[in-house]
Amino acid sequence: MKKTIIFIAVLAIGLGVLHSAPVAAQKELAKGDALPAIKLPVPQTAAAKSYLGLTSGGTFAVSQIKAEVLIIEIFNMYCNLCQGEAPRVNELYQLINKDPSLKMKIKMIGIGAGNTPLEVGVFRKNYQVLFPLFPDEDYVVHKAVGEVRTPFFICAKRNADGSLKVFHTNLGGFRDAAQFLKQVVTLSGL
Amino acid sequence: MKQSKRIYYVFAMVAAIVTCLIVSAYGRAGTLKENVYEVGQLKPIDSVPKLKVGDKAPDFTLPAVSGGKVSVSRYLGKKNVVISFVPAAWTPVCSEQWPGYNIAKGIFEEYDAQLIGITVDNIPTLFAWTSQMGKIWFPVLSDFWPHGAVADKYGVLRSDGVSERALFVIDKKGIIRYIDIHDINKRPPLDDLIKALKKL
Repeated sequence: MKKTIIFIAVLAIGLGVLHSAPVAAQKELAKGDALPAIKLPVPQTAAAKSYLGLTSGGTFAVSQIKAEVLIIEIFNMYCNLCQGEAPRVNELYQLINKDPSLKMKIKMIGIGAGNTPLEVGVFRKNYQVLFPLFPDEDYVVHKAVGEVRTPFFICAKRNADGSLKVFHTNLGGFRDAAQFLKQVVTLSGL
Repeated sequence: MKQSKRIYYVFAMVAAIVTCLIVSAYGRAGTLKENVYEVGQLKPIDSVPKLKVGDKAPDFTLPAVSGGKVSVSRYLGKKNVVISFVPAAWTPVCSEQWPGYNIAKGIFEEYDAQLIGITVDNIPTLFAWTSQMGKIWFPVLSDFWPHGAVADKYGVLRSDGVSERALFVIDKKGIIRYIDIHDINKRPPLDDLIKALKKL
């Protein structure tokens, strides 16, 4: 009897692991994770370069962005929810930008999963997005963050060694920009 | 005693399998978009082309979600026309393609082009689906009855009764200038369509 119970327990655990394996493989980025090494093209406009604290051309690692806290929105130009959220995300940027104590500490970028530069441009123009947006045409970044649904917000804080650690994520829209900012400030300990 | 052991064993096995299925279903539920029916991977193209670039675009008249009927001939001599056939309402790629076009109105205007969206769904279904996309600026037409007749005329009706994911660019003279019968599982990049419009 004991042997049967042990056998069943092992079988149940084994089957459970097998069934949940594909889900685990696509695990989305979560609190406590190190921000993956994301490389992006240096923006062409002087304003965007200056905002991110970048000087040279070519590509850059997100860890090079001059900020204590980084908010990354994974969006998709074709995503209806991302479109609906765009005004609130703009509001978040404006709230940060008009607060002298946060302006230099928190920076925002958006990454268009599966979007070409042109498609990102359409999104930027349509919603008059002021923070830098980057295309992720081949889903490289999207895969690195766990193939998340969009919009997905990643909030990461700089460690003493210069790397970035995720302290908060948000799947879907946040209902209130001020409330979300408050949450970011509190959770990051800024 | 032997029989009770066997019953216990079967019961435990069933419990284990049910547990696994619950774990699996719970994990998967989080990856599904609300209200969108997952269709899985489909045969990329499942129709035989009937038209080619340079052909005269077949005329048609279909009912629009916004009311009334729309004929492609109404744009002759006035506007270029882009016809976007999408396979079905409430399916993953289709539910993104038109919201994308919806924020690219300026680009279509730049090339003096009128976008027309067509599916083989009926009007109530299209109404419910497109209402989720916000205010759509282009006419959405139903090729429901006779089922898929326009899709068939354009050579994009699949064997299961839905249309291909296809784009046709028609110039102001009514001549087809671009055809993209796309892999049904993938979204056509906006860039390719714009390149075609630039050539008009």
